Amino acid sequence: MSEAKGKPIITVSGLHKRFRALVVLDGIDFSMRADEAVGIVGPNGAGKTTFLSVLVGAHPPTSGTIDLLGEDVTHVSASERCRRGIVRTHQIPRPFGGMTVFENVFVAAANGGGFPRDEGYERALDSLRLCGMFHLCNRRAETLGLLDRKRLELARALATNPKLLLLDEIGGGLTDGEANELVATIRELRRRDIAIVWIEHIVHILLEVADRLVCMDQGRIIADGDPATVMKTPAVVEAYLGGSAE
Amino acid sequence: MSQDPTVRVERWTLQSRISILAAAIILAILATGPFFFGNNAIDKLTTLFIYVILAVTWNALAGYGGLVSVGQQAFFGLGAYAAVRLADAGLNVYVSLVLAAVIIAAVSLPISSFMLRLRGGEFAIGMWVVAELCHLLVNLDSLVQGETGTSLIALNAYDADTRHALNYWVALGSMTAILVILFVLLRSRIGSAIQAIRDNEEAAASLGVRVMGTKRIIYVFAAFGAALAGALWLSTAITFQPKTYFGVQWTAYMIFMVLVGGLGTFEGAILGALIFFLIETWFGGSGVWYLIGLGATALVFSLFVPRGIWGWLERRFGLGLLPLGYRILGVPSATRMQTPDDGGIGAAPSVGTP
Repeated sequence: MSEAKGKPIITVSGLHKRFRALVVLDGIDFSMRADEAVGIVGPNGAGKTTFLSVLVGAHPPTSGTIDLLGEDVTHVSASERCRRGIVRTHQIPRPFGGMTVFENVFVAAANGGGFPRDEGYERALDSLRLCGMFHLCNRRAETLGLLDRKRLELARALATNPKLLLLDEIGGGLTDGEANELVATIRELRRRDIAIVWIEHIVHILLEVADRLVCMDQGRIIADGDPATVMKTPAVVEAYLGGSAE
Repeated sequence: MSQDPTVRVERWTLQSRISILAAAIILAILATGPFFFGNNAIDKLTTLFIYVILAVTWNALAGYGGLVSVGQQAFFGLGAYAAVRLADAGLNVYVSLVLAAVIIAAVSLPISSFMLRLRGGEFAIGMWVVAELCHLLVNLDSLVQGETGTSLIALNAYDADTRHALNYWVALGSMTAILVILFVLLRSRIGSAIQAIRDNEEAAASLGVRVMGTKRIIYVFAAFGAALAGALWLSTAITFQPKTYFGVQWTAYMIFMVLVGGLGTFEGAILGALIFFLIETWFGGSGVWYLIGLGATALVFSLFVPRGIWGWLERRFGLGLLPLGYRILGVPSATRMQTPDDGGIGAAPSVGTP
């Protein structure tokens, strides 16, 4: 186990993403091990969400390569990448509105997780319990409020049995109590050996989980390392905090 | 996480078991139809079976798959045309009808490769273009003689009574097969995957759903259904005039049946076909006013009963005769206060019935 943990789970080299003239990712080099939890911070428009989208295959990169578990997945479809163990949550939740909460999660277990029927049921129910949504199993997803939609994003992602989980501002818009609950859930995921990349504006909840911090600005990684050190880097203070320390 | 033995995933309810039994009994009684009814009634019922096939396959495509097509007459016409061609080649007429549908399903596969790249309105109109194109191509066949058309002469091998009875049985058998296959398909993983794609394609892909393959299964199945319906229609109408078969009115009928019955509900499409059949039987002779009535009804439904009759019944009374979804038993229900937007005042306790 510890040997596997030492290997990189994902390695990205020279990643560029352009939307016509707009350069969103401008040469990202990034690698992480399976036992890490990496936080990503950066100002709006830094390219954080696009970075996740390119990692999971929702958008193809303009150039660069992505290695997942030692295999080049740059040209592998999004659904296939999920089946290999990488999954994301969406900043703006995207529930399957016409289906029940359980069905939303079961689809993830059956497809991304590749579980046969009974294991899929168990996996889906387990994910729902972990995210505190079990009591909402039979609700239509379109009737959920924002907090539950965010929880559903997480429950669905977990049901795919991921090795690497990418969280996109899952704490945004939550109260302190709700955010603390979320931190507890994500800590539980780390105990289950899931590697985590978490984009979040609320830095203090991020720092409770992340053991490494990456700061992006204008499509580049401008700092990467120990969270406390990264937060003190002048370039980060400049870009992310707008020049004035908290 | 310990497993709770009281928590179960329920897919069949007592209500649904009774419904399946009742459906089987109704179908068995219908199978004896030709022994009791005259040819006129037999023909009427044959038409109803064809409408059911059209409604449920369009509902699978649009209601479950989110693939709203206004070009299903492409396959309806091609199915009839292929049957004409196969029968002309000397194959038994009734074998031709079914084989024609299989062939057109195969033809729809390459068509799906480019049509399914289109989204929403582009797909809808694109399918109409495909239908017009098929119409023009079929007109080029010298056997069809352009708009003059041709007939399924091979049916003359049977005397009138036998022909009516055979048409009826083949249509009933086809409808039953389509209903059973569709029910099993939509209850399977493919069924939940296609609904996920309908609700959010990108999220479905990001959770491991194979979007293109899943859409293709539904698309080909719907093409098969429309082609089968077209071939069956040919067996009752006997004449094949391209204009009649490739007309957009077929898709209009499908949309009417599904909208009125209940888009995206299995029972609703069947109910819609029955309603359409009754309206046509009673008012079909009223010419233009009949068409105006149909249009007005569809409009009223889409404005005031957007879920259709069955969708409304399902929500109002928690009905689920042929449920496709999953219901979890043993869920604590007392913790619902956290969620204020629960469907308004007087929401039935059965919220969430799939």
